[in-house]
Parts: sequence; C-alpha cells; structure tokens
Amino acid sequence: MNAETILFFSVAPVAVVSALLMITRRNPVTGVLFLIVNFFCLAVLYLTLHAQFIAVIQILVYAGAIMVLFLFVIMLLDLGDETRFAEKGRLRKIPAVALATAVLVEILLTVGVLGSPAGQPERSVEIGTVEFIGHALYTGYLLPFEITSLLLLAAMVGIIVLAKKKLG
Amino acid sequence: MIPLSYYLSLSAVLFTIGVVGVLTRRNAIIVFMSIELMLNSVNLTLVGFSSFLGDVRGQILVFFVMAVAASEAAVGLAIIIALFRNKQTVNIDEINIMKW
Repeated sequence: MNAETILFFSVAPVAVVSALLMITRRNPVTGVLFLIVNFFCLAVLYLTLHAQFIAVIQILVYAGAIMVLFLFVIMLLDLGDETRFAEKGRLRKIPAVALATAVLVEILLTVGVLGSPAGQPERSVEIGTVEFIGHALYTGYLLPFEITSLLLLAAMVGIIVLAKKKLG
Repeated sequence: MIPLSYYLSLSAVLFTIGVVGVLTRRNAIIVFMSIELMLNSVNLTLVGFSSFLGDVRGQILVFFVMAVAASEAAVGLAIIIALFRNKQTVNIDEINIMKW
C-alpha cells in the first residue's frame, strides 16, 4: 500500500461526507464552508493524479475566489429567517433521490463494464506542470484561450448591468 | 497505483450528490453550490482520464471549464442579488414569474 493509495482512501471519504453535509445543512454559510473542504479534497486528488497546475488553480479559483464570492453574496443578502424557510414536501424528495440513484447506478455500471484503459502503465509526471500546460495553452490552444478573455469580459459587463441599482 | 475506475466512481458519487442537492433543496444559493459540485466532479473525471491516458488535453479542458464556472458563478450570484432585491426571497418555489 503506497502513499498514493493511502492519500486517496483518506481524502475520498472526506470529499463525499463534506458534499453530503453541504446539501443537507440549513444554513448556507455552513454549506459554503463544507464545499470549500470538498474543493480542498479534490485538489489533493488532483495531486495524486500528478495534475499540479490544476490542483493549484482549484484552490486559488474555486476555494479562493468563487467561494469567497458566495460568502460575500450570502452576507450581502442578509437572509435572516430565510435560513429556516420551510423545506416542506418530504414526499417530493423521494422521486428526486430515486432518479439520482438511478443515474449513479448507471454510471457505476458503465465504469465497471468499461474498466480502466489498459494502455499507459507508467504515468507521466511532467504532463501536469505549469510549463507543459502553459506551452499547450499558448501554442495549440491560443484561440480558445483568447476567446476565454471575451467570455470574462461579457460576464463582467453582464454582472455590472444585473447588479446595478436602477436609477430614477 | 490507484485504478482509474476508483476516480470515476468517486466522481459519479459526487455528481449524484450534486443532482440530489439541485432537486431537493429550495434555497437558490444551495442549488447553485450543488451545480458547482457537479462541475467539479466532472473536472475530476477529466483530470483522471488526462493523467491515465498521458494526454494534456483533458487538463486544458478543465482549465476552460474553470473559467466558464467562474463567470457562471459571478453572473448567477448577480441574478440572485437582483431577484432578492425584487422579491425579498431566494426560495425558488416563490420565484415563479416565468412559469405558466
């Protein structure tokens, strides 16, 4: 049992439990904090897959920027008693859980039938480095990379228009 | 070495938890966080395949997914703020003006 296996089996349950706690907590702030735990677990899993750059980005962008934005909005909204508004209708949760379980069983069956790809017994460590990904991004994927900047610009304009208070 | 199927199974479990969250919760912010969870579980699949096939394209795709997720989170939260300003609630059962 090598370090990678120990790391996987210590982090994967934490990821699942924190995800479950995230969708069951009443208070959205608690949910955000459990989701951050989940994102850190995923970053560790990326490291076990030798995806160093993605792991760092996961912590910086997801656990850092996006979740801070969530916390910021929750605190801005001042939900007050909104945190215990009636999550009524226990009955209608049953078909939702049944549907999700069907999806899970289907995916797991597919994974079980297909199994792991046989090729590539020795995994490349260099593939996930900043150097390797940066090179790929700025040569073969330069156009999509530049289009991403347009996407971010459009998002920025949209957010300002949406969140602006109406004048007059 | 951990088989790829372990990563895929974990990803499937996280995705299912996200689906349950979207379908059962009524708080728009928690529904939104469940969507983020689903995006992340798919990212885990992509990184897993990328690593096991020795192909960088999976990780490039994860990079773009993260850029889209960041914009989507910001726009979605702006919509939630606008909704809250108009309806004073984030309960998605009460937000039904587009329903007929």
